[in-house]
Amino acid sequence: MAALDRVKVLVLGDSGVGKSSLVHLLCHNQVLGNPSWTVGCSVDVRIHDYKEGTPEEKTYYIELWDVGGSVGSATSVKSTRAVFYNLLNGIILVHDLTNKKSSQNLYRWSLEALNRDVAPTGVLVTNGDYDREQFADNQIPLLVIGTKLDQIPEAKRNEVLTRTAFLAEDFNAEEINLDCTNPRYLAAGSSNAVKLSRFFDKVIEKRYFLKDGNHQIPGFSERKRFGGGALKSLHYD
Amino acid sequence: MSFLIDSSIMVTSQVLFFGFGWLFFMRKLFKDYEVRQYVVQVIFSVTFAFSCTMFELIIFEILGVLNSSSRYFHWKLNLCVILLILVFMVPFYIGYFVVSNIRLLHRQKLLFACVLWLTFMYFFWKLGDPFPILSPKHGILSIEQLISRVGVIGVTLMALLSGFGAVNCPYTYMSYFLRNVTEADILALERRLLQTMDMIVSKKKRIAVAHRTMFQRGEVHNKPTGFWGMIKSVTTSVGGSENLALIQQEVDALEELSQQLFLETADLHATKERIEYSRTFQGKYFNFLGYFFSIYCVWKIFMATINIVFDRVGKTDPVTRGIEITVNYLGIQFDVKFWSQHISFILVGIIIVTSIRGLLITLTKFFYAISSSKSSNVIVLLLAQIMGMYFVSSVLLIRMSMPLEYRTIITEVLGELQFNFYHRWFDVIFLVSALSSILFLYLAHKQAPEKHMAL
Repeated sequence: MAALDRVKVLVLGDSGVGKSSLVHLLCHNQVLGNPSWTVGCSVDVRIHDYKEGTPEEKTYYIELWDVGGSVGSATSVKSTRAVFYNLLNGIILVHDLTNKKSSQNLYRWSLEALNRDVAPTGVLVTNGDYDREQFADNQIPLLVIGTKLDQIPEAKRNEVLTRTAFLAEDFNAEEINLDCTNPRYLAAGSSNAVKLSRFFDKVIEKRYFLKDGNHQIPGFSERKRFGGGALKSLHYD
Repeated sequence: MSFLIDSSIMVTSQVLFFGFGWLFFMRKLFKDYEVRQYVVQVIFSVTFAFSCTMFELIIFEILGVLNSSSRYFHWKLNLCVILLILVFMVPFYIGYFVVSNIRLLHRQKLLFACVLWLTFMYFFWKLGDPFPILSPKHGILSIEQLISRVGVIGVTLMALLSGFGAVNCPYTYMSYFLRNVTEADILALERRLLQTMDMIVSKKKRIAVAHRTMFQRGEVHNKPTGFWGMIKSVTTSVGGSENLALIQQEVDALEELSQQLFLETADLHATKERIEYSRTFQGKYFNFLGYFFSIYCVWKIFMATINIVFDRVGKTDPVTRGIEITVNYLGIQFDVKFWSQHISFILVGIIIVTSIRGLLITLTKFFYAISSSKSSNVIVLLLAQIMGMYFVSSVLLIRMSMPLEYRTIITEVLGELQFNFYHRWFDVIFLVSALSSILFLYLAHKQAPEKHMAL
């Protein structure tokens, strides 16, 4: 059974938004009883059925790498974190619906993870500004998850949900809003569960079933190297 | 008439300080959090504003700006307000926010906050008993009672920070203490870290697969409970679940190891960055400063020991002594009064500015290290309390650095405190703090290369 294929998905976000609770919920279908600070990186595994219900159904391991920390850390901390960004196949961006700053920091988180290949010392080459084109061309699937939905009063919900819809659109990603202490948000058959399943399927597709059969996922670096062409990269490992 | 002008000047400067505190709070302290309770921000800025006003009044005293009676009035007013904030408002709000975080006590928030505040007041009052800080002829609820206790706490804090800072500053500045870290070391450690992560992942996969097969076979996967459950588990597949428990234990151990490795890697990266920094001009400048500060630190420890051993309290301030030395021994004649005023202004100004800046930087670092989204309000209020007490005691101690004619106002306003006690107490705590920091840094420094060699 250990011969199942695997994909690696990063879970990024500010500290305290609920990444560890989310990962626990995704992998064990249970609520995390005693959340505590994540030091370094914690990994968990979810078994996912690709194309469930069809004849091509296949089971994969999805490794969820929960990297902790603050987006404004010192350069040395960022270069330590960068060791976890190797060979990633998908990113889940987590933000706290009750804290606007955590949503704004998602841009910097995604840039930090996606730019990792450009400068191996971990120093960001871009000036951190958001560039929509980069995200449009990005080949690594993204998913935006908002947590602590239960702490938003009913009156404010619409306003918050419109804001997060814009956010997800900027990343060219789907979005899910939930409360990590309540498993019913991800109950089988709910729209959230369908979106999650679709996201994982997309990640597996990009990893294993690219049209020209190569395994390299082009991040920003490939685009820059080939002068912004729309071609997928043609070089082999 | 002049009183009104003076008051308007004071109020303007207070508003300026308030604005500065507000900006500092927003931009530096709370830059990753959303401010939902504006009360916290207001309290922090108000504490900062009134503390800075006290320093401003000292400077005005030296320079002779503003009318003497209006200065005295503003001193009294400022002191009352600051004591009110530090003893009544901030502790109450700390209690209130602590109680709001605990879900059980949500209904009776105010009641429990009052209870907490009364406990704080009790211990605060008891603090004054073992110390000979007051002459007994003052009443219970006078300014002197409150200030003396605030002074004790503040002076302890100052001495602790001062002692640690005096030792840590040369240690961080000088490149002599930097361990040699090469790129190869970092790569080796990173490889170990990734290997550990891979091992964790493969074990977790086995657990996940086992759970899934058990789930698909329709078995219960929580631990067998009750008497019959235990008997049942003996006959059915007990091997699987015992195996799982073993793997789970291995996973826990590996996770601890991965955290250790991550912290070590972060440490190595930071050291490498410091080595690169020390090769730049700025780095070399700080290295030189480090040598200078280490001499200063040794001298201060020496002086503190002498003060305690010989039971000596300095009578004259450094400015007057310096002038005396130049006039008597070096024979240079100059206008003593004029120069003493300006030099003490510069000296006191430098002390004030460096202590404010140093405290704000330390508070910010502390805040980043320990706060989380739930406790940020409580921690900021605690920091505001520490800041207020620190600044009040700075005023107490700064009296020593000023010439006699400027000391009168502080003595007048603060009443009959035993100032000598505070200086002695400062020396004792400074010595203890400096020596224990030296011990602590020595042990930490020794331990790190050994860990490094074991790789």
